[in-house]
Amino acid sequence: MKIGIVRFPGSNCEVDCFEAWKVMGEKPEMIWHQETSVQGYDLIVLPGGFSYGDYLRTGAIARFSPIMEDVIRFAENGGLVWGICNGFQILTECGLLPGALLRNRDLHFICGPQYLRVEHDNLPFTNQYKKGDIIQIPVNHGEGNYTIDDKGLNELKANNQIVFRYVTAKGEVNDTGSPNGSRDNIAGIVNKEGNILGMMPHPERVVEEIIGGTDGQGMFLSILKHWERRMKHGA
Amino acid sequence: MEPKVWRSIGLFDEEYEKIKELMGREPNLLEVGIFAVMWSEHCSYKTSKPILKKFPTQGPQVLQGPGENAGIVDIGDDLAVVFKMESHNHPSAIEPYQGAATGVGGILRDVFTMGARPVAILDALRFGPLDEGNNKYLLNGVVAGISGYGNSIGIPTVGGDVYFHKSYSGNPLVNAMAVGILEHRHIAKGVASGVGNPVMAVGARTGRDGIHGATFASVELSEESESQRSAVQVGDPFMEKLLMEACLELIRADIIVGIQDMGAAGLTSSSSEMASRGGSGLEMDLSLVLRRETGMTPYEIMLSESQERMLVVPKAGKEKEVEEVFTRWGLEASVIGKVTDDGMLRLLEDGKMVAEIPVQALTDEAPVYNRPSKEPAYYQELKSQKLDEIKLKDSVENVLLSLLENPTIASKEWIYRQYDHQVGTDTAVIPGGDAAIVRVRGTNKGIAMTTDCNSRYVYLDPYIGGALAVVEAAQNVACVGAKPLAITDCLNFGNPEKPEIFWQFEQACAGVAEACRVLDTPVIGGNVSLYNETPGRAVNPTPMIGMVGLIDDLNNVLGNSFKSEGEEIYLLGELNGELAGSEYLARWEDLEAGELPELNLQAVRERINLLLELNSAGHVLSAHDVTEGGLAVALAEMTVDTGAILNIDTDNDLKTLFGERLGRIIITVTQENRTRVESLAKAAGVPIHHLGKSGGSNLQISLNGSQCLDIPVITYRRVFERTIGDKME
Repeated sequence: MKIGIVRFPGSNCEVDCFEAWKVMGEKPEMIWHQETSVQGYDLIVLPGGFSYGDYLRTGAIARFSPIMEDVIRFAENGGLVWGICNGFQILTECGLLPGALLRNRDLHFICGPQYLRVEHDNLPFTNQYKKGDIIQIPVNHGEGNYTIDDKGLNELKANNQIVFRYVTAKGEVNDTGSPNGSRDNIAGIVNKEGNILGMMPHPERVVEEIIGGTDGQGMFLSILKHWERRMKHGA
Repeated sequence: MEPKVWRSIGLFDEEYEKIKELMGREPNLLEVGIFAVMWSEHCSYKTSKPILKKFPTQGPQVLQGPGENAGIVDIGDDLAVVFKMESHNHPSAIEPYQGAATGVGGILRDVFTMGARPVAILDALRFGPLDEGNNKYLLNGVVAGISGYGNSIGIPTVGGDVYFHKSYSGNPLVNAMAVGILEHRHIAKGVASGVGNPVMAVGARTGRDGIHGATFASVELSEESESQRSAVQVGDPFMEKLLMEACLELIRADIIVGIQDMGAAGLTSSSSEMASRGGSGLEMDLSLVLRRETGMTPYEIMLSESQERMLVVPKAGKEKEVEEVFTRWGLEASVIGKVTDDGMLRLLEDGKMVAEIPVQALTDEAPVYNRPSKEPAYYQELKSQKLDEIKLKDSVENVLLSLLENPTIASKEWIYRQYDHQVGTDTAVIPGGDAAIVRVRGTNKGIAMTTDCNSRYVYLDPYIGGALAVVEAAQNVACVGAKPLAITDCLNFGNPEKPEIFWQFEQACAGVAEACRVLDTPVIGGNVSLYNETPGRAVNPTPMIGMVGLIDDLNNVLGNSFKSEGEEIYLLGELNGELAGSEYLARWEDLEAGELPELNLQAVRERINLLLELNSAGHVLSAHDVTEGGLAVALAEMTVDTGAILNIDTDNDLKTLFGERLGRIIITVTQENRTRVESLAKAAGVPIHHLGKSGGSNLQISLNGSQCLDIPVITYRRVFERTIGDKME
């Protein structure tokens, strides 16, 4: 599988994603933001960080980066795009995903372990989990408070686009379970077609026991599994 | 020149006379300004130099000792660790967010200037009580500043420590430490040599911020400090992230002779220090320095402390390559001068000379003061206070809860939750552990790191307290399974012109030096922050210690809580602590007094060695040192997933449960290893006491067979975990 990780000035989780894919046995590549083509890639990762310093608004400047034009084309043609944290913010800024990410409920940056409930297991990104699984994936953001209007939320629900929700250790969807005040405890969503995923938590941080757990491996394995199936069926 | 001119920028009259003598003429205003910052305490260490000389700085592990931007220690495999700690106290008192943020930015530059990629940040913070004055505002701002800068640049903030004490009210201490890793062959130095080599300013443009910051940092804080807000710098972590990537690329490309951060005293100190180390001179035309505002005078350009700038001396002919690297990262680089051989710092403006000073006059010839020192009256008075009659004032449960809700002891989660402590995906022990551990990529090794200093101990007995700061750091490093390697220090004291303050400084440094000698952790760099005073009082003497250690096998990392039921709990060291300087005494008797327990560094060394030996043999399940609040607090801290049942025979309930004495470590072992561990301790001459077993959901303590505590873990964990957050929100 040919995996490309976009490196914007100010990205800071690109190496972590790179290393995580290596742990999973893949050989990812870095794509500099000034390049103009993502041709030949099977997956594009938009990593976490503070692209362009996140000045103006998180992700707002990155969407104008030269590479993004082709990433958008790639995504609209069904290519797999995985935005993590700042990557999710960029995806909402460029309209590939609905909604927006506001400052956290308590106005503080927040870093720490977080329970998520898997809401959708029939996706390229989640097929190795089971719907209802409670997994622990750390969050790390100042602006992860997902917001969307009523109409948009209803559409997300109707189309089964909510992938992860913040929950308590027992799996309850409530304020205690949410680190940032996100609408409906949303932690990650996909587009209608299911090929573009944006999520605030950082699965690349939990692929090895020594750094805090392996709950994130499932996402990497899902993507690989999806790819394998596609190859087999010649799609 | 009017005396008020040099006095207003911090020079003494006799210093001005010395400048005239060194120059052989009257200096002009620009030259006086340059001398004022270079001879400020912050840059010249004029007061502290004679004392700092006494630190042990050598050892087989030391690749670079004090004198460079940061020190370096060897960790084998051709790899090395670079680290340093620095203060940003005064700016943080005036403008907490930017003060703390630029403190982080500055210390990171010191580390990547040496050629290392920073892998961790730690912050040692001291504030006044949260219910007093503007301390809450300061804590909030400082934490946000560290978080804002460190998180953006993408280097994990993995540890540090926080204490609250009234002596820091209005004069917080903000000491930032950065740790980096590099291959030996990439070590870079801050040196300017090779006649004709160009001198380049790279990174951010020069503005009017931070002018005379170093001088500002060398006087006491007062009512007027607020008006010196312009002496506080403003940080841009995005710019620094680009600068870091560009500088590391530059160093790896092997096209430069030297590189140095424009930190305190900006272009002035970076140029003169680089020339001084290279035994050379420098000529710079200030009209070539790129500026962010118009109309800046040479004086302002030389003294600006605008952040995210570096001075680089490339090899001749490599200017274009340097420029290319910086352009790729969206940064600017411009040639502003050249290296000369006449030992002069010569400054031009549009080709016309505006200053000419012998480099050595700024560096080597800086005055050195042997300040008078006098034992303060309080010392004997507090030391001789008898505490033997003091009895436990309330139930063990109430006392324990009162200590756990003391912000100095309580969980710092509200603080470290705001720091990205995992970026880089190498953090093997996150904040909350005795020390943090960061994995060394490509190996199975880890770097342990911690910052420590209980300044109440230092106040009561600067010599012993100074030594204990090192002891605490070493035992923290050992408690995660790592071997202590070396330290950096940040020496925060009051006004050294007061003999009693200077005495504290002298004594504390002597204690630090002795502990470093015995524990084999040389001082490889650091920083001195004097004049930490607000009207009426100095801060407690605070020689902050930042220690780094090495663990050879990450599989041996130790946690500081009981992991399962049935772990056998032992104490290495004396059963009883003392009340002198204890949290109990402060809380329940409103007293900070007494004679600290006698210092036995050799015994500490033996205990640390024993712990490491037992751990290497796989005999230890968890470890935690006994510090503020004593044994009962340490046990409460270890009960997270499971409770514990303790049976202790004692002759003094208060001293056993809440007395303090550093050099004591709690460990847990499996039942089958009990005999073995006991006999190894005996053979090593280390006192060992069996205290009980982990298990249940309560913490139960019996003394001499009668139960004095039985409290659900959940009850006090809530107090412990929520105190700071509740006070802040």
